[in-house]
Amino acid sequence: MISQSAFRHALTDAGQPVPETLVDGAGRPAGRRFSVYRNNVAVSLSEALETGFPAVAALLGAANFARVAARFLRQHPPGSPLLMTWGGQFPAFLEGLDELDTMPWLPDVARSDLAMRRAYHAADAAPIEPAELLALDEEALERARVTLAPAVQLIASRWPLAEIRSYALGETPERPSSGAQDIVVTRPEFDPVVSALPERGHAFALALKAGMPLGAAVTQCGAGFDPAPTLALLLGQGAITGLIS
Amino acid sequence: MTFDTLPAAAGVGYKPKHFNDILENPAPVGWLEIHAENYMGDGGRPLAQLRALAERFPISVHGVGLSIGGEGRLDPEHLARLRHLLRWLNPASFSEHLAWSTHDSAFLNDLLPLPYTDATLARVCDHIDEVQETLGRRMLLENPSSYLAFADSTWSEPDFLREIARRTGCGLLLDVNNVFVSATNLDFTPQGYIDAFALEEVGEIHIGGHDEDEGDHGHPLLIDSHGREAADPVWDLLDHTLAGSGPRPVLVEWDTDVPDWPVLAAEARRASDALLQPRAAA
Repeated sequence: MISQSAFRHALTDAGQPVPETLVDGAGRPAGRRFSVYRNNVAVSLSEALETGFPAVAALLGAANFARVAARFLRQHPPGSPLLMTWGGQFPAFLEGLDELDTMPWLPDVARSDLAMRRAYHAADAAPIEPAELLALDEEALERARVTLAPAVQLIASRWPLAEIRSYALGETPERPSSGAQDIVVTRPEFDPVVSALPERGHAFALALKAGMPLGAAVTQCGAGFDPAPTLALLLGQGAITGLIS
Repeated sequence: MTFDTLPAAAGVGYKPKHFNDILENPAPVGWLEIHAENYMGDGGRPLAQLRALAERFPISVHGVGLSIGGEGRLDPEHLARLRHLLRWLNPASFSEHLAWSTHDSAFLNDLLPLPYTDATLARVCDHIDEVQETLGRRMLLENPSSYLAFADSTWSEPDFLREIARRTGCGLLLDVNNVFVSATNLDFTPQGYIDAFALEEVGEIHIGGHDEDEGDHGHPLLIDSHGREAADPVWDLLDHTLAGSGPRPVLVEWDTDVPDWPVLAAEARRASDALLQPRAAA
């Protein structure tokens, strides 16, 4: 009897012969029938990856993406039936592909796709009213800690990541600028939103996420850092869900 | 009011694009089926929609990733996720497949075939015992669609499923499109399969569309694609089944190229009509 190990081996390597004990209704070798399973596995996983990385797919084109996906799924098949969690290694995998040297921003685009997906499925949390924060006097504000929503994802990038995404997904005809752009993904209700972070906002938001008091978080961002734009962005997106004052 | 079991009415496989349509104009759909794995995130729209739908409709949870036929042990993490989902949702039904999809912790995302031998039977029954014990409920096991067979099978598929139900106490989910696809691909009569099936154990029936391809030797090869209306001979097979089984919940599956709501609702209407009376012969 053919083991599932041997079945899988033949399934995921089209160069392997079709296992001999697989037959058609008349007992003849299964031949092309085995390809139905080969095709189901390869195509369904490739499509799942494309669904999970829409901006990468848009930049690579469907045919190129399928070739990249085929190689990725041989090296990193899903480790669980939860395909919504598959692809965590995809950004690093893209970094290792020499063929993509001319698109060095692609791994960060993949990180942003991943962040969007994680935000989409993240736990729900009700945002605080901005007035709660504004009501604090300066001293209380410095001591206060905030909780960021589980959906909040932060990515630092050397590339204009928010603009590359919008351009890739056809949300804007504006071509990306050339500057670096850190982003935050938030989820005001059900649909994740990408926003470019203000200057040094990434370090600030990371410090808040780590539970640092607001005053200390501002200080560690260096002289002259103004936290107001980042706080306004986070509050406006419903990304602050707790206030410990 | 929530139902403990699925009603003998037409249901559809739920797709998020139909959320508003279903709440505004569900007729003739009496219940919904979801794929368990799509509702195992921590929050967001999928769970919010599911909570809203569960207030209005009996829900059937249909797993596609448990790999009940797998040679290895069941994935304890996945089983725990299923238990969590079933606990908070308390659906009217839970079903899975007679198939395997995971090996050495790699998930292959397809329902792969099994040889019907005593060894497979013992393994599948052990896994179903574990599932039913962990979940604290009776599950339904679905017959697969087959593109090939194993030379070393010693059981017919209906007998194999009947014996699993007898040993484990599980119920069966009879997919009449799968029967038609397998019968065409493997040269047996679909009515004969239904007549041999343990219809008294059937807790749910699936119907859906398939694609037509050609295999070696010019032999037709049907693909279980769920991407169109069910074919007329499959509706005939549903009539044949319902005549033997009595009223059962009938689900329309449409998973690829999902149409707008009126098209799916029309297909559900056809299933609903089939439950009332056999269609006039064409």
